[in-house]
Formats: sequence, structure tokens, C-alpha cells
Amino acid sequence: MPDTTDSPIVLRLSGITKRFGTLVANDAISLELGKGEVVALLGENGAGKTTLMNILFGHYVADEGTVEAFDELLPAGDPRAALDAGIGMVHQHFTLADNMTVVENIALGTQSPWSLRFNRAAARKRIAQLSQDFGLAVDPDRPVSALSVGERQRVEILKALYRDARILILDEPTAVLTPPETEALFRTLKMLVGKGLSIIFISHKLGEVMAVSDRVLVLRGGRLVGERRTAETTRKELAALMVGQEVAAPSVAPAKRGEALLVLESVSTAPSASGSRLDQATLALHAGVITGLAGVSGNGQSALAALIAGTERPVSGTMRVAGEPVSGWSPRAALAQGIARIPEDRHAVGTIGDMSVTENVISERYRDRRFSRRGFIDWKAARAFAEELIRDYDVKCPSPEARIRLLSGGNMQKLILGRALDPDPVIILANQPTRGLDVGAVAYVHRRLLEARQKGAAVLLISEDLDEILALSDEVCVMFKGRISPPSPRGARSIQELGEMMAGQGLEAAA
Amino acid sequence: MEAFEILLTASFWVAAIRIASPLIFATMGELVCERAGVLNLGIEGIMTAGAFAGWLTVYAGGDLWTGVAVAAMVGALFGLLHAALTVPLGLSQHVVGIGITLLATSLTYFTYRIVLPEVTSPPKIEPFQPLPIPLLSEIPLVGPALFNQTPLTYLAFIAVALTAWVLYRTPLGLAVRAAGENPAAVEAQGLSVTGIRMGAVMAGSALMAVGGAFLTMSAFNSFFFQMIAGRGWICIALVVFGSWRPGKALLGAVLFAAFDAYQVRLQQLTGGMVPYQIFLMMPYVLSILALVLVARRATYPKALMIPYQKGER
Repeated sequence: MPDTTDSPIVLRLSGITKRFGTLVANDAISLELGKGEVVALLGENGAGKTTLMNILFGHYVADEGTVEAFDELLPAGDPRAALDAGIGMVHQHFTLADNMTVVENIALGTQSPWSLRFNRAAARKRIAQLSQDFGLAVDPDRPVSALSVGERQRVEILKALYRDARILILDEPTAVLTPPETEALFRTLKMLVGKGLSIIFISHKLGEVMAVSDRVLVLRGGRLVGERRTAETTRKELAALMVGQEVAAPSVAPAKRGEALLVLESVSTAPSASGSRLDQATLALHAGVITGLAGVSGNGQSALAALIAGTERPVSGTMRVAGEPVSGWSPRAALAQGIARIPEDRHAVGTIGDMSVTENVISERYRDRRFSRRGFIDWKAARAFAEELIRDYDVKCPSPEARIRLLSGGNMQKLILGRALDPDPVIILANQPTRGLDVGAVAYVHRRLLEARQKGAAVLLISEDLDEILALSDEVCVMFKGRISPPSPRGARSIQELGEMMAGQGLEAAA
Repeated sequence: MEAFEILLTASFWVAAIRIASPLIFATMGELVCERAGVLNLGIEGIMTAGAFAGWLTVYAGGDLWTGVAVAAMVGALFGLLHAALTVPLGLSQHVVGIGITLLATSLTYFTYRIVLPEVTSPPKIEPFQPLPIPLLSEIPLVGPALFNQTPLTYLAFIAVALTAWVLYRTPLGLAVRAAGENPAAVEAQGLSVTGIRMGAVMAGSALMAVGGAFLTMSAFNSFFFQMIAGRGWICIALVVFGSWRPGKALLGAVLFAAFDAYQVRLQQLTGGMVPYQIFLMMPYVLSILALVLVARRATYPKALMIPYQKGER
């Protein structure tokens, strides 16, 4: 691996500062990238990594600071100049047009817009050559809409290579990849570095950063808080730098098991549009107990969550809440029964992006006397509530009037958590509550869920992350093809056994 | 069956193609705008302005083709106004579009009154005459319908071929289609989303205006108020019917025009036994039915009606 001190500097950012309103997203950040070097930009969500790279690539204009590539100053806010200087960017949200083929996407903008004919053959030939040279297999004539996520990412990388990129920026490239796809990506990166490219790799996953980078820069709250050579650091040190403190594993007090608050007896539901359904599922949620539901996604978890939240009704079997069989089950009935929901998809279901923080936090409860009288909303009370949540849950946001989509994922999740936990719910449905969150936010969510359990709430924790389930749950059930296994107490089954049950072994007989 | 025999007469097909011509221009114009991601509801007003501008140029002594060029320029100017408001400023495309329609229509009527204060019956011009294409126009049925029309009708068909060629065969077309699907992809490749969208709206609006001019310079020979009569709105539906593809949209325009030509003839056939409004309604009812059948599966340009603002989170 080349050393920065003796390889030429290809990219230099000096004193980059960027503000969005009152939020300082980047605070005087400087960095240098050497030829053939892989630099990881590590930080929690909202630390300013993506903003910095968007400035570098010209999507944003920095308030202060300069970017130099190959000793030439880049004009601000001009992606074309960045491309021409040999900078390529693989965006976290792919910038591909679904209605066009791979060739068309890659060659877009590379031929004169006034030429009378798009030279498809030449583009196809060059792509085939690049695919072969770099081992990035993709069919140039397929429409992008037909590609898998991994293939789309290969197209993004090819886009950069097609323009002779010498510096490649990858923004959270593994967030959407399966483990084998991630390994293939890492092999590609090694090959690119071998051919003299320099890479900036943005991530919040420590394992990946340790695996691919030569040097790590840690961002926190928009500032550069540390720089380490990967060979000379540890995951633990990086994690501490990233979060600003040591991350402790949650301590779990013994459960005080109370009565069953929500009971499903052989409940089936009609298949949803995505095919998710329950098939004679049986489950009991007890007060003061966290029930972890493990399973590969797509085995009926969505249907179960929808049933508990009230958007789905049982077609057969009995569902009891607080001992009474439910009838006329609906989201409003669920809320009235003290069921709190942390939805799986915080953007699509959990929040309304273009409404304010205040409007979002009262969206489930605006009918309460606390927030409205005679059909009029008491905005003073609503705003006070939003401010209370922002303070108590340590949410970073400019004001309660800010549109919620401007918040980072972690902050959004904290608000959803606050909204759910504030009325002291008796049953908590936590569906993938920490998906996509960084280390600090995950620990926070876990702590809050454990607190709610101490107060006597029954918690259903649905997660694909087995480590999370094992760390928090007092009882573990496994879901497979719409059925739910009988619960096993904490520590009764090994990861190995649970893994086998998730694949369906032994569950058919048990159910 | 007499009602069926209508379909076999040359005059019916000649009329259908003539009625289709302005729709073809304007539909291509709308299609280009929408492919770039901008819904242009200014279409009705832009057609009105184009109809007037073309006619006025000729009335003032200009040559017919100069009239077409002036109409296109007036259309492009209204397109520039629409684009300036909806693209860099990102205003609501619905509101701006309706505003442009009202503005262009009123401005046209106002100008008409200023230019011709004394006139009660609209003055006439010498319009485009049919230009039979040798040999081809001799083919029975097809010949008169397709090859014995005015030059503007031929231009309408050329406009379809040109639109299809540009959209699918040129780098410019790639950029336009990408701008309507995922503008972020356009910017990431170093192109200007604003430039592409504004250009597309201007070009599309020019086509709409030529569609309007067809009415005053080819179908009829004078300008009168309310003459666009909702044709612009029909074109919005035709774009959807055509799933944003020039060929299918052309088919839709001809189909609609055929319904329209047919209902006129059917009215004469029934001789007042059925209220004529029923027949007038027919093309619209049929186009709604066709939309329901065809357009439900249509794939919209994904960024249609979504303003793109650089550097926004």
C-alpha cells in the first residue's frame, strides 16, 4: 500500500465550511488524498460526510474553502468541472434514469448534445472493454429498471470509469448491498487502486472501514475530530472518536413478567400486496417483557406489524387486547388501547416529510384534549410538546417548525420514539427500530426501549439483526412463513439454533 | 349499413387527418415538455396565441411560412415565461400553466381588438392550399387522406418523426428523457437540468403554437375567439394515451380526430332524430374510455411535475 507521505497528492480540500440555515454541516474541514490511496470518511449519520463530498463534486457550493484536484483549483458548484478534472462519484442514492438502458445512462452527457446521432456502438464497445478490464459485469443493453441493486452500483462505477475518473468517491456504497455483493465491491476497489485510482470511501460501518482503507478520517458534528492510519488503530478507538464517548452495551435488569396484554391465537390474515401474511400465528406479549421476533424479512413480519397497528384485521383466529377480543380493529382503536408504534419505514410511514416537526409529533394524537378543542388545534400546546421531545430526546433540529425530512435518520427516529413513548403506552410495537442508524443512536433507542419495559410495557421487537434481538429480548420467537414459534427464554437457544429456525428447521413441527 | 360506409369514403379520412394535424403538433409539443419533467398547461393559451400570431403575420402582408415561423417564436416566448417560472423558480406547474393559458388567451384577444378595432366579421387570409404529392395521392382512400393535404399537415407528420428521432436517437434526447426521469442523474453527469428543461419547454411551446396556427392558416382562413375550443386539453390527454411515446401519441391524435369526423357525418345521417350534442360528446367519451383502457399501465416520467433545485437537501 502506498504511503501518503511519498505518493503525490491528487486532491486537496482546504477549510471547507458549509451552513444550512443555522446548522453548520461542515466546519473548516481540510483533507488530502494521495495517489493510489483509500481514505475512509467515517462518521455517524448527520456528521457531514455526504455534504462534504457533495461540495467536492459541485452539487453544493461551500460557504468557505477551496477544492484542488491535481493542483488545479476547481470552480465551485460545477459537477462538469469535477468530472473533467477526473473526479467520479458513486452516490448513495443512485443517479440513474430508470427509463433508459445501461449504455444510455453511462454515456449521458459524454457526447455533444448537438450531434445528430447518439453513437451507441462506440459507447457500447468502450463499456464492454471497461467491464472486462475491471471485472464489472453488466449487460449494456438492459434497462436500468431491470437491474439488481448490486448491478446498479456497478453501472455507477462504470459511469465514473467511462469518463476516465482518477479519483473515485463512494458514498455509503455498502448500505444497500448483500454481503456477497459487498465482497465483490471490495475486490473491485482493490483492483481500481491497483490501477492507480485514489478512493474516498464514506461509511459509518467500522468493519468495512478497517477492511478497505489505508487511512481514516473521522467526522463528528461537521468537524474533523480525528485522523488515523488504519493499520495503527482499532475499531474501539474509531468508535469512540465517532460517537465522542465510549459505547457501553445496554445493561438489562431482570424482567418482571406481568399479565398477557396482547394475545394472538391461531390468527391468520389475508395476504397483503407484498404477499406478507400470518398463517395461524400464536403470540403473547406480556407486561414488562421484551419479546424479540427473529426471522428473515418477508416471512410475515409486515403483516404482524400491520395487524397490531390496526391497519390489518384478522380473517380467522382470535386477537385479544387487554383480555378482550377485538372487534372493529383499526389504527385509532389500536392507539386508544395504548399501543405505540415505531414503524419499519420512518420516511414513508413514520413521518410526513414536508410537514413540520410539531405537526408530525402530534399526528397520532391531535384529537387529544391536550392538543385540540372543538376541532381547533392548540398550536401553543403542540409546539410546547415538540420542544419537550426535542429537549428530552436530544433531537438535533433547527426548530419545531422545520420540515421533518430535513432531519437526519437518527434524529427522525428519536422523534418517532418520543412520540410513541410519551403517553406511557402499554404495548410497544418496535419494527426494525434501529435500521440504518449509527452506533450512538442505536444505543439510545435500546436504552429507551429498556426503560419502557421497566415501566411495565409489553414490547414486541421485530428485527433482522439477531445481535440486537439477543441483546434486548427476554423471550425470543422466530417467524417463518407466517407462523410464529413458541417463545424461548433469554439464553435458551444459541445463535446457531435460531439461525436454523429462521431457515424453517424444526419450526413446522413446533408450530 | 350506412354508418359503416362512412368509414370507406375518402372525404371522411381527409377530414380526419385535417382535424388531427393541429392536435399532432400540440401533442408533440406537450410530450417534449413532459418528457423533460414539466407539465405545460399553458398549451391552450399558447395555441390561441400561435393561431393569432400566424394569421396576423399573413394578414399584415407576410408570407405563409413567415407566419408559421412567427407563431413558433411567439410560442417559444410563452414557453420561456412558463419555464422561467417553473424551472429555476420551481413554482407549481399547474398554477403557472393555467396562468399562462389565461394570460396568452387574454393578451391575444386584447391585441386583436387593438389591431382591428373596427372589424365585426373576422377578415380572411389566403390559407395554405392542398399540395398533392405526385403518384402517391392517386392511391385510393389513402392517397387523398395522406398525400393530398396542405404542407402544414405534412409538417405535422415530419414533426412526429423528428421528435421521435431526437428523443431516442440523439444525445440531446437522452438528456431530455433523463431530466424527466431523474434530474439528479443529469446533474451528476455534468449537464444542466435547468438548461435542458427550459429548452424543452420552449421547443415544445413552439410546436403547440404552430398547432394553433394550423387552424387559422390551413384548416380555416381567419381568426375568431374561442377557436381552440379545448383542443389543448385534449392534447394533454393524448400524451397520456400515447404513454409519452411520439408514435402512440400520433395514433391517439388520429383516432380522436377520426371520432370527431365520424360524429359530424353521423349527425347528418340521423337527421336530427338524436340531439346533436350526443354526437358532439362522443369523441370525448370515447377518449376517456380509451384512456381508462390504455393509460392505466402507462409509466409516467418519474420526475414529471417535480421541480429540481440544485443544492437543496
